[in-house]
Amino acid sequence: MQQMLSRKASFNFHGEDSPYFLGWKEYEKNSYHEVHNPSGIIQMGLAENQLSIDLLESWLAKNASVTHFKEDRGGSSLPLSSSLFRELALFQDYHGLPAFKKELAELMEEIRGSKVRFDPNKLVLTAGATAANETLMFCLAEPGEAFLIPTPYYPGFDRDVKWRTEVELVSIHCSSLNHFRLTKHALEEAYQRAQKQKLKVKGVLITNPSNPLGTTMSKDELNHLLDFVISKKIHIVSDEIYSGTVFDSPSFISITQALLNHKKVHAGNDISKRIHIVYSLSKDLGLPGFRVGMIYSENEAIISAATKMSSFGLVSSQTQFLLSNILSEKNFRKLYMKENQKRLKKRHEMMVSGLENAGISCLKSNAGLFCWVDMRHLLRSNTFEAEMELWEKIIFEVKLNISPGSSCHCTEPGWFRICFANMSTETLNVALQRIKTFAVGICEDRINYQQALCSSKKSSFNKWLLHPLSLWRNHQDHESKYR
Amino acid sequence: MAFLNNMLSKIATNDGHGENSPYFDGWKAYDSDPFHSTDNPQGVIQMGLAENLLSFDLVQEWILKNPKASICTSEGVNEFKDTAIFQDYHGLPEFRNAIAKFMAKVRGNTVTFDPDRVVMSGGATGAHETMMFCLADPGDAFLVPTPYYPGFDRDLRWRTGVKLLPVVCESSNDFKITREALEAAYQKALESNIKVKGLLITNPSNPLGTILDRDTLQSLVDFINEKNIHLVCDEIYAATVFTKPMYVSIAEIIEEDKKCNRDLIHLVYSLSKDMGFPGFRIGIIYSYNDSVVSTARKMSSFGLVSTQTQQLIASMLSDEKFIDKYVAESRKRLAARHGVFTRGLMQVRVGNLQANAGLFFWMDLRRLLKEPTVEAEMDLWRVIINEVKLNVSPGSSFHCSEPGWFRVCYANMDNETMRIALRRIKKFVLQVDEREVAAKKQTWHKDLKLSLSFRRWDDTIMQTPRMVTPHMMSPHMIVSPHSPLASPLVRARN
Repeated sequence: MQQMLSRKASFNFHGEDSPYFLGWKEYEKNSYHEVHNPSGIIQMGLAENQLSIDLLESWLAKNASVTHFKEDRGGSSLPLSSSLFRELALFQDYHGLPAFKKELAELMEEIRGSKVRFDPNKLVLTAGATAANETLMFCLAEPGEAFLIPTPYYPGFDRDVKWRTEVELVSIHCSSLNHFRLTKHALEEAYQRAQKQKLKVKGVLITNPSNPLGTTMSKDELNHLLDFVISKKIHIVSDEIYSGTVFDSPSFISITQALLNHKKVHAGNDISKRIHIVYSLSKDLGLPGFRVGMIYSENEAIISAATKMSSFGLVSSQTQFLLSNILSEKNFRKLYMKENQKRLKKRHEMMVSGLENAGISCLKSNAGLFCWVDMRHLLRSNTFEAEMELWEKIIFEVKLNISPGSSCHCTEPGWFRICFANMSTETLNVALQRIKTFAVGICEDRINYQQALCSSKKSSFNKWLLHPLSLWRNHQDHESKYR
Repeated sequence: MAFLNNMLSKIATNDGHGENSPYFDGWKAYDSDPFHSTDNPQGVIQMGLAENLLSFDLVQEWILKNPKASICTSEGVNEFKDTAIFQDYHGLPEFRNAIAKFMAKVRGNTVTFDPDRVVMSGGATGAHETMMFCLADPGDAFLVPTPYYPGFDRDLRWRTGVKLLPVVCESSNDFKITREALEAAYQKALESNIKVKGLLITNPSNPLGTILDRDTLQSLVDFINEKNIHLVCDEIYAATVFTKPMYVSIAEIIEEDKKCNRDLIHLVYSLSKDMGFPGFRIGIIYSYNDSVVSTARKMSSFGLVSTQTQQLIASMLSDEKFIDKYVAESRKRLAARHGVFTRGLMQVRVGNLQANAGLFFWMDLRRLLKEPTVEAEMDLWRVIINEVKLNVSPGSSFHCSEPGWFRVCYANMDNETMRIALRRIKKFVLQVDEREVAAKKQTWHKDLKLSLSFRRWDDTIMQTPRMVTPHMMSPHMIVSPHSPLASPLVRARN
């Protein structure tokens, strides 16, 4: 039967056999519940934002008559020809509900401190950011061509960007030595590597703020990137899905903002037509089930093609209508965003200090729904096999689903993404306690092992002593650097 | 811009989206001058959009009575959070269950559907594309009987690189799909070194409005089994079958046919036509092949149904009493609407293919063509759009092999608009006929003066059409053109 199906269906290009998804499957088999299953697996591999959904619920409760399908005009039901439900049920125009796009454009402007303008007519609605990224690849690259992408990156890109489009992803290696920042050298090195593999590079795909790092790109990084794409005449796809989750300084700089400042240096080129933004309401507003994604571009040809392609995954008109109502109140939007960021910051702090107590440090971050956690000192050896071993222990013994760095294509073993916004405070405390017990336990085991060795062989004792203790010392150094 | 076009992919810059087809030109004409009973009574009436508006009042009533089904009401808002965060591509279990039950009900409960095989997609549009990604590689082909829905050219081919090869069906046998036509198309592909991966049928048919009989369905199943290729059945109009003969789904055929390789059978469905909800984007893939279910489900990430919509639909479709009432009433109203149009057109000797389903009929205007060519069809179509002010869809946009057929949608307007549309068509046809008769009379008088040897008026009428106005008289005319029942197509056909 395999040969009866397409190549795409027959091999596992969908990427679902990656540990990123395997952990989810284990979680599904044995899900934590504080009452019914207190020893189950806690889900920390899902970057969801559940912290502020109560704000949306209370808005809805107050405004039910507006959002329900009946238009409340003195309580009477309306004749068929003017019923709102009917209009929505029939509305399949791939340009989307104008009111909804207007609200989205304003929301995007507000997130960027009103420093850039968004034209609703240059917005294309898609079924989630998943569809937005795939659609952009269909528009920008032929099968076999490539996009460069900084590592570590969101594992879903392997499916979204590559699977049906047959576009390749070439990693731009970022290192912990400089906090995983994007450098000129790394960009150039990746480009050369692609050339050697005879891959034509069509652009760079960045996620800013970063998933899994939780950091925002600096002005310098963005300028390096712009210099690079201008000189190579290629595209930038900037996935800004976490732009509303920036809870701390430095403030978020969108790619279009960076371009505005950069233009003074490089006037007269058409780089603005090669920059495309992806956004979604799945993270900022915590509404992944509603499948609201979008593409924003100044390139009319892209907008035109992407709009037609959106037929394959339009946003339900029912959802467009609901959200255009929720987002129509500017004050509510502002209140929501501010409160959401406040809650994210608090949760982030809780996570970071909880990990600190366990002797574990994180990359210093100011955005996102997760921390990029350094567990290199807990590895048996500096290898990906050791990372997998550690990860399996964490899933099956510690009962936490976290995402190993290798699934995010990190080049250094020992880093893990741990999500903190998809659970209650109590559950997070339980999780942090489990991590602490585990981490402290490993270190104690190592110390006991060394002591046992010490009493039997004096010479090898020295060697062994150096190894785990120096790791511990390094860990103390890391802590101050990466916090 | 040329430089920039090089910066984009071929897919982004070619015509694969199909929007330059006349199918969409008519829509553009409508968009620029849409009919409105009070604000623009001379505007273009939209008869090119296969939408089902006839029974919305029933749904509206249900919505008002069931506020809990919507998460935006005070009764339903406590479901908001769970619905909003649920992004599992399996879909809400209650949604899948409701869809499976509804699909069975619409098929008279002659078959059951397994909820675990129900896969979501971004409308039937997304479903068709996904099926191609699962079943065929770029360069492979699917056979499709003509005439077929123009959107397939985009949905099946654009981003997938799959080819569509026509299986030619002809009016001489009511556009039935014959074994000969299938074999001819298959052989032609072989000769061109094109690998055929499957056959796509739409049953009930768009644009014909007919259903496939049991024998034909069985012969299609035999054909695909023999060739070991897939069968994708688009059953999007299943609940629009408004009169006998009874609808037979492919699901029924394979229940009975134990020899059939079920791994080759796949259904595409949607609620856009049966329920009239195109805006909610509810597309379904139902496959009997486990690998296809698994792969299609992963691909559904690119076009999941909004959980808000899943919730509403699950609630609505589970209300069996309501659904029974809705489906029965919808059928009744479709039958009535269909009847009004076909009878009205008969009065001006315009026939249509006898049909018992769909939201449209397949109108025969061949006798109005100047000549039996696509150009003449397009000329006539432009007259209908610009002068008669009706957006109907020309048969050539459906890849029909014979010029002169038009698809006319009738379920997307209220009764008053329908009456106006019918009046316009009748007026137009009568005017054309009158002009033709006047032209013929003039020539007859001229001929009479020239040649006194013509004795029988009937003979004259029989012969002069071909000599004088061959472009206006259908070769099918065998009785006096003055008889309203002249066209054989208008006579009862069974």
